[in-house]
Amino acid sequence: MAGRKFNVLPGFGLTMGFTLLVLSLVVLIPMGVLWVRAMELSWGEFWHQATTPRALAAYRLTFGASLAAATVNAVFGAMVAWVLVRYDFAGRRFLDALIDVPFALPTAVAGLTLASLFSDQGWLGRWLAPLGVHGAYSGLGVVIALAFVGQPFVIRSVQPVLQNLDRELEEVAATLGAGRCRTVCQVVAPSLWPALLTGFALAFARAIGEYGSVVFISGNLPYRTEIAPVLIVMRLDEYNYGGAAALAVVLLGISFSLLILINLLERWTSRYYS
Amino acid sequence: MASHPHPPPSSHGAARISGTGEPVFVRGVLIALSVAFLAVFLILPLANVFVQALGKGWSAYAHSLSHPDSRAAIRLTLLVAAITLPVNVTFGLAAAWAIAKFEFRGKAVLLTLIDLPFSVSPVVAGLMYVLVFGLQGVLGPWLDTHDIQIIFALPGIVLTTVFVTLPFVARELVPVMQATGAEQEQAALTLGASGWTTFWRVTLPSVKWGLLYGIILCNARAIGEFGAVSVVSGHIAGQTDTMPLAVEKLYQEFNATAAFAVASLLALIALATLAIKACLEWNMRRKDRRERDAAANARRGPGPGPVALTAA
Amino acid sequence: MSIALNQVSKTFGEVTAVHRVSLEVNEGELVALLGPSGGGKTTVLRLIAGLEMPTEGDIYIRGQRVNDIPVQRRNIGFVFQNYALFKTMTVFKNIAFGLKVKKWRARKIEARVGELLELLGLKGLGARYPHQLSGGQRQRVAIARALAPQPTVLLLDEPFGAVDAKIRQELREWLVHLQHDLNLTTIFVTHDQEEAMEIADRIAIFSRGHLEQVGSPRTVYEEPVNEFVARFIGVLNVLDLEIRNGRARLNELEFPGHGQPEGQHIRIGFRPYAVQISADPCAYPCRARLKHAFFLGIMLRVELELTSGLVIRARMTKEDYARQGLDEDREVSFQIRQYRVLAGEDGLLQPEISIAENPPTMLGEGI
Repeated sequence: MAGRKFNVLPGFGLTMGFTLLVLSLVVLIPMGVLWVRAMELSWGEFWHQATTPRALAAYRLTFGASLAAATVNAVFGAMVAWVLVRYDFAGRRFLDALIDVPFALPTAVAGLTLASLFSDQGWLGRWLAPLGVHGAYSGLGVVIALAFVGQPFVIRSVQPVLQNLDRELEEVAATLGAGRCRTVCQVVAPSLWPALLTGFALAFARAIGEYGSVVFISGNLPYRTEIAPVLIVMRLDEYNYGGAAALAVVLLGISFSLLILINLLERWTSRYYS
Repeated sequence: MASHPHPPPSSHGAARISGTGEPVFVRGVLIALSVAFLAVFLILPLANVFVQALGKGWSAYAHSLSHPDSRAAIRLTLLVAAITLPVNVTFGLAAAWAIAKFEFRGKAVLLTLIDLPFSVSPVVAGLMYVLVFGLQGVLGPWLDTHDIQIIFALPGIVLTTVFVTLPFVARELVPVMQATGAEQEQAALTLGASGWTTFWRVTLPSVKWGLLYGIILCNARAIGEFGAVSVVSGHIAGQTDTMPLAVEKLYQEFNATAAFAVASLLALIALATLAIKACLEWNMRRKDRRERDAAANARRGPGPGPVALTAA
Repeated sequence: MSIALNQVSKTFGEVTAVHRVSLEVNEGELVALLGPSGGGKTTVLRLIAGLEMPTEGDIYIRGQRVNDIPVQRRNIGFVFQNYALFKTMTVFKNIAFGLKVKKWRARKIEARVGELLELLGLKGLGARYPHQLSGGQRQRVAIARALAPQPTVLLLDEPFGAVDAKIRQELREWLVHLQHDLNLTTIFVTHDQEEAMEIADRIAIFSRGHLEQVGSPRTVYEEPVNEFVARFIGVLNVLDLEIRNGRARLNELEFPGHGQPEGQHIRIGFRPYAVQISADPCAYPCRARLKHAFFLGIMLRVELELTSGLVIRARMTKEDYARQGLDEDREVSFQIRQYRVLAGEDGLLQPEISIAENPPTMLGEGI
């Protein structure tokens, strides 16, 4: 690699070579093949495959539900993070450890148990059904599943920031006469916004690509409760590889845009700490 | 002189005064809301898995798990994890070594590339491999003539699992290795140690907790991956169904008890993962605290004390 | 009386951080709270501010008992060691924060902030963010922010701890001038005795939660009430002697027995300036080798090594050293003009004893 400074430690060539080899074989080449496959379609064909009414309905649901789920995550995540960091109560450490359940639990298990909880006979569904609210086999179910898998992102983004927040900032605001509300809004909140936004973006990005938990709970009805990743699987089952590749490229493009956005957000977060 | 212990900073003390804390009422409401939310959203789904699995008694539970298809799924899942882990540990160590111990251009790009699998939908990941190795894929015809099966077989499942879990170990190791710096290794080299000795005796022990952390996260994901594996597995019962795929199949066959039985095993693995993770974090925090205290003591030093004049 | 603490104690769990401290600070005074870390001085400062509540005792600001008044309404200015500037606000907004809380009008705020920027030499930096400032500038912004709402008292926690040595000196002088011009009651915490000696009107010395002594720099240096203060302020030579044949002895040094029984140990302490040195080996009763001389501006720090290996620290002026033609490795004679008998860290100190009455002598000579 050019530009490398002299370093007495050995093994750069070996480790870098191995890293690049694995990355190429496992990530870059397959991704390139997907790209080439999608590009084999003419522009018109690609556009047609990517924007069939069924696909458009799937995008709409995927985005709408992801946005709703990430919003739920942000609101409750901020509150839970605050409570876990700032207050001491029985069971706090236990709850803190449980926050990562959605990360560790296989998505299939999450989908299975959520579908059963929110079905009309389930522990939660039986209270909601009389109100005309159906958690399973509906758009709401998609939101529930996505909110479940995305929940840790916001909490785990906000928690360390809140933990490292200098308590002296709040104390100095108090010595200047500021009440608690003002201190939280004007001193604490501005420091938390970037982390909250990052967590929101991470949860949103994860929700866009989520598959396992949703297939169980949504019912996968075309035009109604079918998300974009499910539609890709349907296209594959129809041996419509071009169609699947076109949809995948759209999803990948969105994911990468979000990735760039998150990186920018993180850079923005560190702007006061140069 | 400074033998007297530090008073704990007030922010962590129990007694906090009105000026810098919330009223008790607000605090109570926030705690209650958070606990309720986590109970409904995390604990209830988890409890439901075990209740449903055991709903028809232990014998039904044991029967579900001892079904040949279930046992095949468990075996396959463990096999996939057993192949995936060494690959990712090797990759993670190599990548972390190159990234943390050396300066080179394009490091940020490399880090982004390593993180890439996290931002790719699992379904898209599976599709990529189908397009490479599938019958309609780039290598498909060649593989077919040589009678090598990758898609709808173990190699495909392992490949997609490696893909989705690729970042885990590297991601944990890079910051840990960066934090320890290259000085310890350089010191070892000046003492005459070879590169390998330095790695085994100096680097590895200093990152072992981070490595272990990466391994258990990687393992949890490898065992639980659904979307990507689902695309490449072909769903052949008793042959290419992993545990998560078995859960789906049983659920679609309206065999809820069996689906929950297999799911309960996966949930147990998840809980064990979290327990180990909590222990590791606790361990790392304790180590951090010890190092901080030691540093603070060293800073405080002997202080501006008197000159001791006892003769030698 | 600007601030008064009356028998104030503060405990955290089982740790007593502050124990029955009574302290009065006059209007316009600059007082240093000095002591080793963990001595309780920062807790005292936080108690005055209202960031902690006393476990016992009363705190008065301008005659009013403030125990039940929350920090927001105590009208104090507090400067934290690491400044605690609001990172997301500009310098202007940082300084204006306390004024906005008090609902000042925008025009008045602008005028007041402008005035403070001018006063603290921060003109033109109003639109900068904290991370764009140097350490010294950050500290001045923190002080400006504390001064903006016109507090009754300015409290500073280790105000010069976080800047490098060179800027520290400038900031010290600058703080003294500022405090003098504003005639504002100021209390600051420090662990650096030189800093406290240099700028404070009075010094309050803390150790393990106790207030050991309050007094002017000169008082605490020349008339320390106990061994802790004597050892903490300035350098003190300490000798551990044993009573034999009615005299206190350590190797070749000998002091009067002060009526202690045989075999008893006593300790004596003396300041480096109390050691008188002569190039003439017969001028004074004790002999030693001049081991090292360290040049510290006009004063010299000298280490004397006795034959037994015992080392004593002394001070002399550069002129004296040159006049006598002293050099390292020279044989010299010396005497200890004044010393004190020490009675443990907490015991009260005896008044200083001058050698006019009981000169210490060399063994084997003049018994």
